Amino acid sequence: MSHAAAADVHAEGGGHRTSMGLDSRKMAFWAFIGSECLLFATLISTYLIYKGKSLEGPFPPQILNIPFTSFSTFDLLMSSLWMVLALAAVQRNDMKWAKIWLMGTAIGGLIFLGGQVWEFSHFVEHGLTLQKNMFGTTFFVLTGTHGAHVAVGVLWLLTLWVRAMQGKLTSKNAMTVEITGLYWHFVDVIWIIIFTVVYLIQ
Amino acid sequence: MADAHAAEHSHPTAAVYIRVAAILFMLTVLEVGVFYVPTFHPILVPALLILSAIKFSIVVMFYMHLKMDNRFFTLIFGGPLLLAFGMMMALMFLFRVFVLK
Amino acid sequence: MTEPTGLKSWLTTVDHKRIGKLYFWTAFCFFLVGGVEALLIRSQLAQPNGHLVDARTYNELFTMHGTTMIFLALMPLSVAFFNFIVPLQIGARDVAFPRLNAFSYWVFLLGGVFLNLSWFVGPLFHAGRLSVAPNGGWFGYANLTERQYSIGPNIDFWLLGLQILGVSSLAGGFNFIVTILNLRAPGMRMMRLPVFSWMTLVTSFLLITAFPVITVALVFLMFDRNFGTHFYQVSAGGDPVLWQHLFWLFGHPEVYILILPAMGVVSEVLPTFSGKPLFGYTVVVYSGILIAFMGWGVWSHHMFSVGLGPIADAVFSSTTMLIAIPTGVKIFNWIATLWGGQIRFDTPLLFAVGFIAMFIIGGLSGVTHASPPADLQQTDTYYVVAHIHYVLFGGTVLGLFAGMYYWWPKMTGRMLDETLGKVHFWLMLIGMNVAFFPMHFIGLLGMPRRVYTYSPDLGVSTLNLVSTVGAFVIGVAMLFFIWNVIRSRSAGKVAGDNPWHGATLEWATSSPPPVYNFAQIPTVHSRLPLWNEPESVAQKAPTGPIHVPGGSWWPMVAAVGLPLMATSLIAHALWLVFVGAAVVIFGIFKWGFEPFEV
Repeated sequence: MSHAAAADVHAEGGGHRTSMGLDSRKMAFWAFIGSECLLFATLISTYLIYKGKSLEGPFPPQILNIPFTSFSTFDLLMSSLWMVLALAAVQRNDMKWAKIWLMGTAIGGLIFLGGQVWEFSHFVEHGLTLQKNMFGTTFFVLTGTHGAHVAVGVLWLLTLWVRAMQGKLTSKNAMTVEITGLYWHFVDVIWIIIFTVVYLIQ
Repeated sequence: MADAHAAEHSHPTAAVYIRVAAILFMLTVLEVGVFYVPTFHPILVPALLILSAIKFSIVVMFYMHLKMDNRFFTLIFGGPLLLAFGMMMALMFLFRVFVLK
Repeated sequence: MTEPTGLKSWLTTVDHKRIGKLYFWTAFCFFLVGGVEALLIRSQLAQPNGHLVDARTYNELFTMHGTTMIFLALMPLSVAFFNFIVPLQIGARDVAFPRLNAFSYWVFLLGGVFLNLSWFVGPLFHAGRLSVAPNGGWFGYANLTERQYSIGPNIDFWLLGLQILGVSSLAGGFNFIVTILNLRAPGMRMMRLPVFSWMTLVTSFLLITAFPVITVALVFLMFDRNFGTHFYQVSAGGDPVLWQHLFWLFGHPEVYILILPAMGVVSEVLPTFSGKPLFGYTVVVYSGILIAFMGWGVWSHHMFSVGLGPIADAVFSSTTMLIAIPTGVKIFNWIATLWGGQIRFDTPLLFAVGFIAMFIIGGLSGVTHASPPADLQQTDTYYVVAHIHYVLFGGTVLGLFAGMYYWWPKMTGRMLDETLGKVHFWLMLIGMNVAFFPMHFIGLLGMPRRVYTYSPDLGVSTLNLVSTVGAFVIGVAMLFFIWNVIRSRSAGKVAGDNPWHGATLEWATSSPPPVYNFAQIPTVHSRLPLWNEPESVAQKAPTGPIHVPGGSWWPMVAAVGLPLMATSLIAHALWLVFVGAAVVIFGIFKWGFEPFEV
């Protein structure tokens, strides 16, 4: 589909002279993260607006499991460490460790998601559903949206891991891994806020 | 591409990252501690907000590398972030979330 | 090298110029659709107790007129110019992400088709009528839009259509931010950027910050209507006013998204046809930035009748009045640009001056809305309809036509006929004033918005008839434009590189430009390179082959998945959402791993 270049091949958005001297993909991604701030701010605002407005239970203190969620929080925080170590490995072309850390990050994400699934089913068993009250509604839509973002991230990480296994990921792709990291850390940072606002400040 | 990359930042070592992780770990312990230890309950909300804001900043500055990168990235993220925060505050005022019963 | 032709080359194009043309023609068709909807509305209202259409159809007509004009016509027409002109103005060969650009277009097309299919699929929903088009107004207020009060699929078509279109706008926003910041030619500092490109940048920031808010608002509505939640329903502790806040948090920046590009066009056209630089370039740019920023602080002026309380009303009233300042500043600078110039009264200039005059009128009625007690009388009456149409028709539409007549030679290589253009302009100007000016009075005499008929006792019958005549005059004006366009294909004067003697870089290229835009990327040293340093930016024949990316199917493939996912909700077919998602993911994977060189 593409024409053979007269000169060397450049990745889209990177490799050419740019007027700000910055990588276009990285710039686009930070803009995307800015945009996502508005998305999550709307969801979190709605949660806060409707806090205490449920006409019937279950209510947060009755059902939120802080020890369990603290574990999930630690897990996600650690996964950010694995991610940043993965990036460092890719940057020094150490693909053996890159694969380990990438898979580690993905597993961290899967553990988090597993925890969410367990937590959600536990809540439903105890009568808190999406439709039950405003707490259920706002809680599940907020954390569900976050969880969907984590799931996309896991898919992204596993894709990179497969590419690495195929030998198609090298230090030349460091920017791709850096952007993956930006996404992953952002998802972590949103969880930091949700953990505080939803779980700890009841 | 390599030039632009090197120009942007030098790579921190794994040690730095692990130290950051340790700090994040401890901050989270503090947060959970504030939640459980009754002495802190009068200042629960401001303490938790401050602790989570610090965690947020550390992840953004060090893991997302914003501190070391070109200031422009801070702008393009910070602008919408401020806007998001302002929107949240405005909505909370409009819906009387801050009004004491 | 010759540019490929044929259907496949258009379906797989990633060339910003082709994508610009695709946007233009698609948006123009939707503009005509919205116009027909308007004429039907005006025909129904031409006399009291009209019975051209029934009330249900009328609700669909005004909803679709607003939704179509805003999302399917005006925004994409602006995007058509972002696409075609901005890379040329900044001295680039294309946008930062050409395939993402193509993706934006296909998503827009599919979203518009999805939305308009609702006119015809009533029988599939056992609706007892042909149409299940959206009918809750373009702003879809809860809780009218809840399932309880809007049983059929109409509102689902609306919310899903808007979600699809939102994806297109967001993608475009990211693309143009990076393009304008990162792909400028050497020497083109930010304060040398043409004002149209500046306004594109500002609009893009508005797009990426405002759309997430309505995305969430629509998700809430979708959940309420389909999954039993109560985001906007009082019965379980929800609040319909939340919808209004979230909608207008998006909706107000949206109106600046609608007007800033047209203001950018005017800022290009006036200097060219006055033969002198834009007066106060820096101030005009900063005013645009300020308008965008302040535009985030005024949203509840759409809610003065909701009962927000005196503090909220006072705050939003003040911010609304304040935003008139940067707007006024721009107007003064435009007038100062014309002042003392060697003015050429060609069609682009007529439309640009028309913009200023009509936008001032619209702005004045807007300022009257800023006062809550006054607005209490005006809101939900035809007075607001007058305001909207003076700023959106008199403003955006006239501004976009200025752009069309200005950039037509660059885009097609042919001039539009001047005589036909002038007839179009005068008919349109007269028509719009006859159509919309009476609405100020109709509104203050008490006729509400969104009513399918009115009583003869209201005393607005004659005014409504006059307004309808004006609407049809606009229709006639459009016929002249369409004829002009058709005619110019074969009989239009062949345009040279710079038929208007413009100052900015797009005029350095041939008309139309070669596929690679610039044989030599120019280095600029001023804001007005074609006036100040024409020889140094002049394009000579290329010395060797210039690499341009080939096309790609994957943006379109990925785009197709979105309406499939949307249809699954309407059709209550869960499996389809997975199929649609699989198509999107497949398209993205193929796109991501495609060897593609910019």
